[in-house]
Amino acid sequence: MIEVAAIADAVRRAISLVAVELRPDALVAMETALGVERAPRARRVLEQLIDNARIARTDCVPLCQDTGTVWVWLELGGQECVSGDIYAAVDAAVADAYRDGALRMSVARDALTDRTNTTDNTPAFIDITFRPRSGATVHVMLKGGGSDNSSVLEMLEPAAGMEGVRELVLRTVSAKATGACPPLVVGVGVGATFDKVALLAKKALLRPIGEPSANASVAAFERELLDAINASGIGPAGMGGDTTALAVNVLSAPCHIASLPVAVNMGCCAVRSVSIDVV
Amino acid sequence: MPDPYTLTLPITRAKLASLRAGDEVMLSGPVYTARDATHARLVAEIAAHGGVLPYGLDGQTLFYAGPTPPAAMRPAGSVGPTTAKRMDAWTPPLLLAGIVAAIGKGVRSESVREAFASTGSVYFAAVGGSAALLATRVSASTPVAYPDLGTEALVRLDLVDFPVVVAIDSCGNDLYAQAASEWRRALAAFDTAQQNGDPR
Repeated sequence: MIEVAAIADAVRRAISLVAVELRPDALVAMETALGVERAPRARRVLEQLIDNARIARTDCVPLCQDTGTVWVWLELGGQECVSGDIYAAVDAAVADAYRDGALRMSVARDALTDRTNTTDNTPAFIDITFRPRSGATVHVMLKGGGSDNSSVLEMLEPAAGMEGVRELVLRTVSAKATGACPPLVVGVGVGATFDKVALLAKKALLRPIGEPSANASVAAFERELLDAINASGIGPAGMGGDTTALAVNVLSAPCHIASLPVAVNMGCCAVRSVSIDVV
Repeated sequence: MPDPYTLTLPITRAKLASLRAGDEVMLSGPVYTARDATHARLVAEIAAHGGVLPYGLDGQTLFYAGPTPPAAMRPAGSVGPTTAKRMDAWTPPLLLAGIVAAIGKGVRSESVREAFASTGSVYFAAVGGSAALLATRVSASTPVAYPDLGTEALVRLDLVDFPVVVAIDSCGNDLYAQAASEWRRALAAFDTAQQNGDPR
């Protein structure tokens, strides 16, 4: 039995942490990039971003003014029970964390009919899945609007193959990187169905920068995509340079014999997520 | 590397004319925060008042930003640029009415690039994702209008040495259109020089 209070507490702690503290792998990747970046302006941008991470952590202020929407992915062991209203508990945790942390309220009441601010950053966007291992893991990501707006989903034809996926990723980066706050973490989902491929791309952003896919051919594809993106010259902040992306993370899945669904979910230089084990 | 230019706001279009895309500039002086909802209201007010900018905005600079609440004993919370392209629909009428510069991030449409050039205005880019650092360059925050919009309210921020790069200059040169290809060309030239044994 897992208490909803434990999950809500993890959500609250996660938001307070990631809003002000850059993901450790992102900070390391940024410092590594600064070591090899050759464009003078790009070096100054990277220095500014590293300095920003230091100020945010030291002063306990948000890394970015866009403290995002909250995505919570709750992974539960197959035998686990959760008592209580998980959705209400998570929303209450989000409202608390945003108020107490002086974070920005960035949620509109309804995308189509009522764009007034909900004023407490709820609702959170929640996915719940089951896994063989017992216990529970709470994944929390704060997703900024600029990077999410720069994301795409296309249903390719199988004939397009890996080359089609590659072309779509590079076209998306080329067209949209400057609004997504590079250096980017590029999440790519390939497979499943129209509704689920976007979630694959988002889950791909959770994997630490520098940790390749466990599948060797996917890992090689990730490396090839990263090299191609960084050869574009777009650079940090889109102002020219070697460091357009810190990582490309690809997650693939089964799909219909007629389909090749592809989603590209952009992660910004202030990529904010954490995974917390509960129980 | 030359020191960045230091400019004091508000500034005339005549003075902005010497800036070129890619110039790094430190801005000091007032700017006015304006996001999507702010733009919609400003343009409606201009239309209702015969093309005149309200709230003393004539000759001023807009900052496409919605800060977090104040923190760390500073007048403003974290505040960095939002995606400028979302303001494209409202930008030409604002420039025509007297806004002389804007701060944001990312590419603009072709018609907006032309609007900056034809009015002699400048689009500055700040580094997205550096809002905690940029907040240390804000010395005062003063509400001006639309408090019901929350983070989208029109607020005057007084900047001190706020780092930006000229993204579209008054001649219509566009940093985002040039930066990637210029860097690729610089690398190609560098590689050629190395192959030729040039000690550079």
